[in-house]
Formats: sequence, structure tokens, C-alpha cells
Amino acid sequence: MRRGFLLAPLWLWLLLFVAAPVAVLAVMALATPSDGVPPFTLGLRFAAFAMLVEDGYYVEALFSALRLAATTAGLCLLIAYPMALGMAGVRPRWRLPLLAMLMLPFWSGFLLRIGAWIGLLRDEGLINRLLRGFGITEAPLPLLYTEGAMLVGMVHAYLPFAVLPLFTALVRLDPALLEAAADLGARPARVFFSVTLPLTLPAAAAGFLLVFIPAAGEFVIPELLGPPEAQVIGRVLWQEFFQSRDWPLAAALGLALLALLILPMRWFQKLEAEQ
Amino acid sequence: MKPGGFVRAAMWAGFLFLWLPILLLVGFAFSADRIPFQWGGFSLRWFGALAANEKLLAAAWLSLRIAAASACLAVLLGGGIGFVLARFGPFRGRAMFGALAGAPLVLPEVVIGLCLLLLFVAMEGLIGWPSGRGAFTILLAHAGFGAAYVAVLVQARLAEAERSLEEAAMDLGATPLVAFRSITLPLMAPALMAGWLLAFTLSLDDVVIASFVSGPAGTTLPIALFSMLRLGLTPEVNALAALVVLGVGAMLGVALWLLGRRRA
Repeated sequence: MRRGFLLAPLWLWLLLFVAAPVAVLAVMALATPSDGVPPFTLGLRFAAFAMLVEDGYYVEALFSALRLAATTAGLCLLIAYPMALGMAGVRPRWRLPLLAMLMLPFWSGFLLRIGAWIGLLRDEGLINRLLRGFGITEAPLPLLYTEGAMLVGMVHAYLPFAVLPLFTALVRLDPALLEAAADLGARPARVFFSVTLPLTLPAAAAGFLLVFIPAAGEFVIPELLGPPEAQVIGRVLWQEFFQSRDWPLAAALGLALLALLILPMRWFQKLEAEQ
Repeated sequence: MKPGGFVRAAMWAGFLFLWLPILLLVGFAFSADRIPFQWGGFSLRWFGALAANEKLLAAAWLSLRIAAASACLAVLLGGGIGFVLARFGPFRGRAMFGALAGAPLVLPEVVIGLCLLLLFVAMEGLIGWPSGRGAFTILLAHAGFGAAYVAVLVQARLAEAERSLEEAAMDLGATPLVAFRSITLPLMAPALMAGWLLAFTLSLDDVVIASFVSGPAGTTLPIALFSMLRLGLTPEVNALAALVVLGVGAMLGVALWLLGRRRA
């Protein structure tokens, strides 16, 4: 069959570079760390998984990652809703420039934006200098390397992902429904809570997951903005791999993170399929 | 319905939150002071310092080459995958094919990076290829990641377009290959272009996957930036940000202008 000429190389690529790596991850999780290069010997050992379950440090890392991801996604939705409402409410010709304004920060470099927050939040940073300049504080407030700095950085990085699905859903929303509710005497807040919100709930869920899923494995922002004790799973995996050179443990951590994310991923795919 | 004053204010507050750090970062690039985010008079000295920083320039050049090459490979693969998903109808293993094609979109970056590194190590052990890790393994990793995004764009674009055009061409005697070249490919073109740009930027922006699959010879710009930012911020980073933001802004401005002109 002719189609085989196209399908065969694509299958080969997908099996080799998507399916095989996950299988290799599972094999690695069962191996034994060693001092060689590469630092492992293959085997069938469940020690890495046992360590995950028994050592509270790793369990806590998984949960703190999920907490961080959920908080980030919740805050993003809270900010994204009014933004999406505002963007959907402007005259159609202004929508594209506003969309561009939403996405341009995303194109401006993830690390550079984190750099901006470092410049704002560090002890000699702009915020602390302003606070001292106005005589509000005398000593610099410790802002950088805190939970707050980490959250601000996360929300700043992921906010556009929460706005986009909401914006799309709000633009598609039939204005007649909103007008009908208003004609029947509902105040704007009432219209929002009894018409707009229920109708855009699937989009809100999609936006939440679009932030939650990548945020759960985030490494860079906790590392550059967060406190040393913010040991989320992405950071712990990184340290086990690069510093402790315990590849089997890192692989087991990766599998654990995947297992925790399977439900949110399936939910997201269901939402996507329904749209 | 017109949004109320609260919604308007909240929207602009949101945009301010997104933009203020970036604008400050860009603005202070023109400050002479050696401390970032401190105004010391207008100066271009940090652009000069950036131009003299050979390590960073080499990293940027490597990143640009990897991004361009991986975006091309991503367009080839992702274009094929999107086309198959939109036009092939049911075939054996289609569900599996779709799931594998979409997996890189949802897998956490640390997991993708670790998985691919382990794959490259295993392949080197088994067949001796790719030998060692560096720019080439980053390119492969980024292509796989970018292809997933390209496939989504192409599939959506083809789902929108009527199939009847291709059928009409074939009814009129065009071979499937000619129909593909003269109808389907032009239909896919905007999605392929958008996909190339997306894959290009994703590659330029990636630090996590690249860190896993790169060797000592594969220091890309994000990897170099990341190790700089670990030690704090320097005014050179401001200068770099100014170049990136002004460059991207100019490109976007031209794109919007072209779009507006075509519509008018």
C-alpha cells in the first residue's frame, strides 16, 4: 500500500523517540546505581521504588509539587477570568492586538522573564530600593528565594495558558444568552455567575489543567526563585540525576510523577475531545 | 455585551503584571550602572559588553542553529503526523499513533529530558549511535518536541478545510501526489509556517530538556543563561532581553501590519 511509505517512517520515529524512551525509563528504575560510566548496572531491583515510598522526603516532594501546581493554576484562573472577559468584550478589531500582547511575553524568553523577577525582588533589587527610598522599610525585605517569589514567577510564566482557552470560549459564547439574562433583570454579577461561568466551566477546567500539568514538573522556577527548602519533585529529580548521579532513583521519580499526572492528562484529553 | 469597569481595570492590571517586569528589564538595559535595575544614566555599554562576551555569543549561535534545524525536522515530521491524523481515516493502531503524537505535549519537561537521555545512552550502548551527546542529541530532542506542536496545528488546519477540494482534483484526473502538491500542501502551508516558528521558539527557550541531553560540548544559550542566573542577574542579561524583546516585537508588528493590510 502507498500510504505505508508515509506511515512507516512516522511510526518508526514515534516508537523510537516517544514510546521507547518511556520503556527505557521503566528499565532504568529497576537498575542499580554504580560508580561506572554511565553510572548504573541493569537488574531487576525495586530498591528505588521502595526508597520512594519509605523515605518521607520523596513523598513530600511529590505532594509539594502538586500543591505548587494547584496553587499556581488556581491563581492563574483567578487572574485569567477577568482578563479573558475583558479581551472578549472589546471590539473584534482590537482582539488580535490584545492576543498579541498576551502572547508576546511568552515569546520573549522564559529565563529572561525570571531574570526580571530576580532584578525586582533581590535584596538590592528595585522593589527593596523603592521601599527604602520611601522610608517604608529600613532593612531590605527578604523577597527573593521565598515561596512568594516562586509563586509570582510561576503565575507570570503560566498565565497566558490559562487565558487562551477562556478567551476562545468567551468569544464563542452566544451574546443572546447574556442579553436575555440582562433583559430578565439580572445584574452583571448575576449574569456572570449564572450564565457565563457555567457555560465556560469546561474552558476554565482546560485552562487549569494546561497550567497544572507542566507546573507539576517545574524545575527552573523553584530553582531560581524559590527557597532552598522548596523541594518539589522536578528539583529533586534533577538533583538525584545531576548531583547524586542516582539514575535509577531519578527514573523512579519520573515514573511516579507520570503516574500522578495520568488522571489530569486523561481529563484534559477528554475536555479537548469534547470541544 | 460591554464589559464593566471592573473587568476592564482587572484586564489592564493583568497586562501590567505580565508586562511591567519585561519593560523594566528592557528599559534598564540602557542604564550605565553596573547593578541591574539601577539607573546610572543612558548608556549602551552593556550591549558592547554583550557583544564582547564570546561564550554567550557562541552559545547563542549554537542555539540559533539547533533551533532552525530542529524546527525544519519538526515541520517535516509534524506535518506528516498531522496529515495522517486528519486525512488517513481509520487505520490499524491509529489510537496509539495519536496518543504517541500528542504525548510530548503533556509530559513534564524533566521526564522528557530524562527519558530521552536514557534512550540516547541505551542506543549508544546497543548500536553505537548517536555517539556521545551534544548539539545533535539536543536537535533530535527538540525536533520530537516541536513535531508534536506542528502536528496539532496541521491537523486543526486540515480538519477546517474541506476534503472535497482534494477529491475534486482527483476526479479531474490528478494523481494523489499531484493533488497533495497542488491542493493539500498549500492548505497546510500556513500551519507549517506557524509550526516552524513555534518549534523554533520552543527550542530557543528550552533549558530543561537540553540540559539532560547535552554533553559538555552542547552549551546552548538557555543553558548558559541558566547558570548565569543561578549566580544572580548581570546587566548583560538586560541587554540580551532588550535585543530579544525588540526583535520579537518588531517581527510581530510587521506580522500584524501585514495581516491588517491584507484584510483592508
